[in-house]
Amino acid sequence: MPVNSDIFETINMIRQECLDIRTITMGISLFDCQCDDEKRLCSKIYDKIMHHAGNLVKTGDDIEKEYGIPIINKRVSVTPVALMCGGVSRDGALNIARTLDRAAAELGINFIGGYSALVQKGFTNGSRTLISAIPEALAATSRLCSSVNVASTKAGINMDAVALMGETIRETAELTKENSAIGCAKLVVFANVPEDNPFMAGAFHGIGEPETVINVGVSGPGVVASAIRRAGSNCNLTEVAEIIKRTAFKITRVGQLVAGLASERLNVPFGIVDLSLAPTPAVGDSVAYILESIGLEKCGCPGTTAALAMLNDAVKKGGVMASSHVGGLSGAFIPVSEDAGMIDAARCGALSLEKLEAMTAVCSVGLDMIAIPGDTAADVISGIIADEIAIGVVNTKTTAVRLIPAGKAGDMISFGGLLGEAPVIPVSRYSPSVMIRRGGRIPAPLQSLKN
Amino acid sequence: MKAVVSVTGCDAVGIIAKVSSVCAEFDVNIVDISQTVLQEYFSMIMVVEISRINAGFTVFVDRMSELGKQNHLEIHTMHEDIFNAMHRI
Repeated sequence: MPVNSDIFETINMIRQECLDIRTITMGISLFDCQCDDEKRLCSKIYDKIMHHAGNLVKTGDDIEKEYGIPIINKRVSVTPVALMCGGVSRDGALNIARTLDRAAAELGINFIGGYSALVQKGFTNGSRTLISAIPEALAATSRLCSSVNVASTKAGINMDAVALMGETIRETAELTKENSAIGCAKLVVFANVPEDNPFMAGAFHGIGEPETVINVGVSGPGVVASAIRRAGSNCNLTEVAEIIKRTAFKITRVGQLVAGLASERLNVPFGIVDLSLAPTPAVGDSVAYILESIGLEKCGCPGTTAALAMLNDAVKKGGVMASSHVGGLSGAFIPVSEDAGMIDAARCGALSLEKLEAMTAVCSVGLDMIAIPGDTAADVISGIIADEIAIGVVNTKTTAVRLIPAGKAGDMISFGGLLGEAPVIPVSRYSPSVMIRRGGRIPAPLQSLKN
Repeated sequence: MKAVVSVTGCDAVGIIAKVSSVCAEFDVNIVDISQTVLQEYFSMIMVVEISRINAGFTVFVDRMSELGKQNHLEIHTMHEDIFNAMHRI
């Protein structure tokens, strides 16, 4: 029988410190929907998603009620749609986007991921078709999420794809400019993309995955920050790392429990628990506040990268023992618009684009949910992508870029809900256009002779 | 199978009676009660056996939550596995 102090600790984590399960994401393979007829292809995709995920939301809601743990999102990811677009026209690719969006609405989920292409080594006809449809697809839908993997440590960086994604982000911003360029908040450019990530906007159901799978993403920055604050300012950093590990263990155990229950009730195999610390714009649910509770005056000041490196490592060490299978992105997220502390730090000038780039070298994702001036040229966006992707490729880790060109430097851009709001951060006035227009591939980095 | 009912709020006459009668209504057996009153603040943890519950567990959860609202109390009912998962290896 659980003891009272444990019961109160758990209840306090949930009620006061924003502990929640961020997402239960069901991955669904679309390979057996392949069909010559575009209309039939769409109806097969719709039917398959509805068949497998029909009970996803209800199951999540039941678990939430029975176990008293909020489950914020129930979502679906599908096979990268570019793989289905080999013989499909651009209109066909747009119809698939509308089909996925319609299925998501019918299921009652807020996002569906997998409008994706993997082009780290080059383009297939299908990936070209899909990428050309992304801006219009994101403008015409509200729940669809898209991602493109442009590089990997083994393949190097496809600079033609980097150049193309700069233009694609610009076009998406243009088509959704009446709505804070919201389309760009649902478009991620990746290096070393994981195939089992449950978090949007980058989730898709990888080609090595089973027919269907349940992946769970946990959260809990508020719990970690509170635990560090309770320990006071006298404990040293070894002790702080230990506190983070213990807290991450507890958070992840809840994720493992929920993943097991969802898998059993939906009769879908359990895939992974993603150990990421995912913030929300809610006060008290911020990764930046964890860094500040360690002892930074403001997130972004000198020392931030070191504190984040320790946090990221301790979260993984604590979480890995708590789950039977760990995967996805697994690390601390630093999306600017989705984190109240990051928003504050960016607004007061403590956090710059360059500092964020340095931080991404030691944590899980990349330049995430960052508003840049609306008139930023496509070549400059491609240059920012190339820099971030190079960090991932050389360090054998996932990095990603999710930039929103909107407004002028200093403006606040609001996206609503979990996507939050972000101050527009200035970017360099100098252009990398000659380099970007060279195209080609940056060769894969050497993985030995590390001295 | 067990669940934990936690009740917090201002102390008043009959809180345990009200919570217990809802348990009886659902054939939920009370296994353990611990209760403290600090100044005016009432706090109780009740461990209950839910194997023979005569309705869906979520109905019981909603009923307890409703009882809390009616009496200006915070009542949370949670399956015990969440505590075991988090605090036991």
